[in-house]
Amino acid sequence: MSRGSDAGLDPLQPLGTLEPLESLEAVPLVARGRREWVQTIIGAWSLRRTKIGFSMFLALFAVAVFGRYVAPYAPTEFVGPPFSLPAPSYWLGTDFLGRDVLTRVLYGGLSVFVLGIAATLIGIVLGVSLGLVSGYARRWADESIMRMLDVVLAFPSIVLAMLFVSILGPRLWLIVLMVGISHMPRIARVTRAATVELVARDFVRAAAAVGVPRRKILLYEVLPNISSPLLVEFGLRLTYSIIMIAGLSFIGFGMQPPSADWGLMINENRIAITIQPWAVVAPVLLIGALTISTNLMADGLARAMMGIDRDTAVT
Amino acid sequence: MSEQRSDIVLNVRDLRIVLDPSGIDIDDDVSFAIHQGEVLGLVGESASGKTTAATSLLAYQRRGAKVSDGHVDIDGTDVLAASRSALRRIRGGLISYVPQDASAALNPALRIGDQLIEILNEHSFGSSGAERQARLKQMMDEVLLPSDRAFLRRYPHQLSGGQQQRVAIAMALANRPKVIVLDEPTTALDVTTQAHVLDTVRDLTRSYGVSALYVTHDLAVVACLADRIAVMYAGRLVEIGPKEDLFIGAYHPYTRRLLAAIPDITGERALHGIPGWAPRPGQRVAGCAFTPRCDWRLDKCATDYPPYEGPDPDHQVRCWRWQEVKARSYKADAPLRVKADAVCDTVEKTVVSVRDVTAFYQSKEILHGVDATLCEHRCLALVGESGSGKTTLARCIAGLHQFKIAGAIEFQGKALARESRGRTRDQRQAIQYIFQSPYSSLNPRKTIRQLLAQPIGIFFKLDRDGTEERMVRVLDQVALDASLLNRYPEQLSGGERQRIAIARALAAEPTVLICDEVTSWLDVSVQAAIIELLAKLQLETGVSMLFVTHNLALIRSVAQEVAVMNDGRIVELGLVDAVLEDPQADYTKALLADTPTLPAECRI
Repeated sequence: MSRGSDAGLDPLQPLGTLEPLESLEAVPLVARGRREWVQTIIGAWSLRRTKIGFSMFLALFAVAVFGRYVAPYAPTEFVGPPFSLPAPSYWLGTDFLGRDVLTRVLYGGLSVFVLGIAATLIGIVLGVSLGLVSGYARRWADESIMRMLDVVLAFPSIVLAMLFVSILGPRLWLIVLMVGISHMPRIARVTRAATVELVARDFVRAAAAVGVPRRKILLYEVLPNISSPLLVEFGLRLTYSIIMIAGLSFIGFGMQPPSADWGLMINENRIAITIQPWAVVAPVLLIGALTISTNLMADGLARAMMGIDRDTAVT
Repeated sequence: MSEQRSDIVLNVRDLRIVLDPSGIDIDDDVSFAIHQGEVLGLVGESASGKTTAATSLLAYQRRGAKVSDGHVDIDGTDVLAASRSALRRIRGGLISYVPQDASAALNPALRIGDQLIEILNEHSFGSSGAERQARLKQMMDEVLLPSDRAFLRRYPHQLSGGQQQRVAIAMALANRPKVIVLDEPTTALDVTTQAHVLDTVRDLTRSYGVSALYVTHDLAVVACLADRIAVMYAGRLVEIGPKEDLFIGAYHPYTRRLLAAIPDITGERALHGIPGWAPRPGQRVAGCAFTPRCDWRLDKCATDYPPYEGPDPDHQVRCWRWQEVKARSYKADAPLRVKADAVCDTVEKTVVSVRDVTAFYQSKEILHGVDATLCEHRCLALVGESGSGKTTLARCIAGLHQFKIAGAIEFQGKALARESRGRTRDQRQAIQYIFQSPYSSLNPRKTIRQLLAQPIGIFFKLDRDGTEERMVRVLDQVALDASLLNRYPEQLSGGERQRIAIARALAAEPTVLICDEVTSWLDVSVQAAIIELLAKLQLETGVSMLFVTHNLALIRSVAQEVAVMNDGRIVELGLVDAVLEDPQADYTKALLADTPTLPAECRI
């Protein structure tokens, strides 16, 4: 067999060219749902960690969205003396102003979810676009995009967010945008790495040779092939978004009083943690559970994508 | 096998290897024996289970596979029953292994001298360090490598591919094993290097009486090396016998078809592929797995597996009708080839002309002033070893070369831009390129319909029905069924994928078709079928073809003219038959001499 092709033009073509690794099952006549990310989800779902993570996420999501309809009080209603311990009329006690902790916990999750998911989506859109362009264009375009992102990467993301929020004021869209931008460099790197590998494949060359425009090559030839790593990246970044949104609320740059928010609650009530711990412990547990659940899902997806737990005896 | 000779070194009986959780068999009922100093060639197509069977001799199975039955006996030692510590002594001591790709098998962080001493130390060779050093020198001499200190201090990446493979062979022979398993050790090498490595292996087994199992997909390679040949198909041995018997009188239909599929450098015999493809584990029918592709099949073939039978204990066949196959003469299965004659002489018929083209890879010059012309309705073969610049030249013409090009490339008298983006739509349509690997040239996320619709959509203004009709037509041209349109590439075999790639190129209705090593990823039987198809298409559609290959033996079956390339220059140019029968350039002569070929007697 030949050694790839000439003068190292094709570093990616493996030498063992005779036994392609792809399996060939008894070929079905009707095409199956062969989209890669669907396959990854199916693979991830077979893992226990994904099921646990997803159930937790679903439960917390239900609490955040529908919790307000079962809440016993209004979130800003004073129901007792400040820092009361749990009692039959307020199961988790009251906070520093005497509002019901359970009610505020049930109300305070939605902002974390909405802002977290929105920030992650912004990060994915920005990062993927830059990564695709950078990985396909190479040379100077690649260099300038990646070095620009390195600058963003050089600032601790929370400091960057604080900087802009303190200049422009604590606006929600700004927080979401800043969290999204702080994800952008890492997502762009993942996308670029996957793109560079794909662009060296012949089908991209084949599309270029018949004159398919670059934009279409990126969207229709490359993007569908990197959906799996992006899915994993989405799960991972979602975890970080939740932590950052909650963190920004905690230090006072996120949701503003008197709105109910898990991060804000921790800050407001921490002075009395030894007297009435539930006002702090409840949101802490929920944020913790939420990050664990998204992390388990991301981990399950990553494992499914890389085939760590997959039955290696592929037939 | 009912083998009576007493000097059996390795005996394999009823070996069955299955995939672990599913129990699907990779290999079943494999039995053979190797005598002292004998080379047994184990031949099979991809996924025939030959490598799995070969590594089992060292009691090694890849992840997910396990031996479920059988015995491997080397010189009185039951290998499969050996303990972990015993295996450490057996592997590399009693039996050793030479991998396919030595560049991946050698540790890149260790100097080769250290790696070789390591294996001697591991097996406590000799009694002193001095003795091991002496053995190291001897080993290097045996494989014809320099044994000086400077060479031994090199790292694997500082050696050429052939040298790396020699080091791997030296390593395997270090402790003077009884048996050595060679797993396609020359597949990744150029013909010239391959010829040298094969010589070394042959000399070593002869002079030291080492037995060898030589695993390969290439019958021509074992033809010049092995004493006996075992042919595997779909995890079973279908025929085993002395080399001469097998080449003159193969009694299994598969062996015969396989021989007919091997490109013949003398060009007497036409190339014939086997329809279909070899089934993978889990796809096999209960009886003989060759049944669906076999011309001799009976009803019982699909249900009952035939026993080992044969004219003598040394030559065994597993086919219900081997007596009938034996009775039929070879000639009937091996039609002769029609020779090409006409010469391309007039200037106005030229389609693509390449004049004084110099191309660079980054700043390195890799093509030096190349001149070539491709005429209408002709096929020009571009032959050379890796690094000769043949693919670069093809890519320059196709507009896929990304670096600097000097000189003129013209299509129908008009200069072509360097990159396909700079060319007109008509020019892009007229020149179509088929890539080497069908595993990377088809987007795995698109259906065949989407793949074929792309060039049609770009080059022709057709409505939905017109597009569909065009797709069905090109699929028909490459002998595929329209029902494949909704499938994804991964649901197809390698040969079918390459046919799709050809269909995609044809869909653009090109004037020039560039085929870049289009068969190098395919099995011999499938390769022959693709070559047949290309030759037929060229004849029918009158397309001009540029056929790039490293395999001299192939070009007779498809091309009329040939350009032999070496080091970025064309060293010889002429009609195929003339060049192959009476080569002028020294390089062409050397290349011809090094190309492995079948022994004369089986060429008929």
